[in-house]
Amino acid sequence: MSDASVSASTSQTGEAGFGDYFALLKPRVMTLVVFTAFVGLYAAPGAVHPVVGFAAILFIAVGGGASGALNMWWDADIDRVMKRTRNRPIPSGRITESEAFGFGMALAGFAVVMLALATNLLAGALLAFTIFFYVVIYSMWLKRWTPQNIVIGGAAGAFPPMIGWVAATGSFSLESVLMFALIFMWTPPHFWALALFMRSDYDDAGVPMLTVTHGRRATRAHILVYTLLLAALAVGAGFTSIGGPVYLATAVVLNALFLKGAWAIWRRDEGAAEADAYKVERSFFKLSLLYLFAHFGAIALDTAMAPLGLGGW
Amino acid sequence: MALSKQHDLHKRRFSRNLGLGLVLAGFVALVFGLTVAKVSTDDFTMPINEVAD
Repeated sequence: MSDASVSASTSQTGEAGFGDYFALLKPRVMTLVVFTAFVGLYAAPGAVHPVVGFAAILFIAVGGGASGALNMWWDADIDRVMKRTRNRPIPSGRITESEAFGFGMALAGFAVVMLALATNLLAGALLAFTIFFYVVIYSMWLKRWTPQNIVIGGAAGAFPPMIGWVAATGSFSLESVLMFALIFMWTPPHFWALALFMRSDYDDAGVPMLTVTHGRRATRAHILVYTLLLAALAVGAGFTSIGGPVYLATAVVLNALFLKGAWAIWRRDEGAAEADAYKVERSFFKLSLLYLFAHFGAIALDTAMAPLGLGGW
Repeated sequence: MALSKQHDLHKRRFSRNLGLGLVLAGFVALVFGLTVAKVSTDDFTMPINEVAD
């Protein structure tokens, strides 16, 4: 039985399973949110009770999931067009748009209130702003309006480590801003590489990705420029208080590889890319996933080794 | 035909109900854990009014 026939039979009954509601939360994106929020909270100075820390990360994740559900509610029309998103719960008919909206709004309110109660008001307010930014600023406004959608919208995905830090300390700091900046600068090359090899999806949906509005040559150049800026930031951060020997070594190696990948993407033309089915772009995209997890993992490792006199500067 | 015949719909509802039940039970446990964590910190003090009563 194909996925399509499963979806069709489910939609006829109008009964979505538990897994369908879970899928609304974009669980794969949530892993990034959970991990970076954990690192932000863990790397922050001062001790946090483990139960409070666990609750904080859980509520940040639920807030991120609520953003995902509201994004799927708003983007249901273009999700029906794109191959990558056609099997999501709303386009496949398992969950209605109004159910997704209600689910997302309820979870968003729940997550913000619970995070504020479990940690502090500032963390709750920052989570509320993040949900607002992702749903209203990115999904409703920027995504269909400007090719810079990914650049500015990337801020929404960059907030979780900052929320984790604020949940632990009750205030912002340079370290939390650096962690924010790392994800913020990483997002454009990550998504533009995806846009290069998912070539017809964004065109079909009419989303003004850089590949559609400025062409693929310009997108390749943008990837290189953003990767250069990201490398300077990521390696530079290694000499600040969030850095340490593990972070610096990780940043040097991974940024060298990332720059090599961006350079290769820039040098290629469409003919070469089509000939090998976008091999370089796909491997750059995979590397970008490792890149972020490794940088945040290194921050966590340096923090863990600091009491032994080995991590941090 | 038995009155309690299981329809596919009941199976799907069961998974949803079970999932929701587990989530709610987990939430109750979490709030309990949070309460214990909050009241067992050194800087926890009872509100003045309740102490006076």
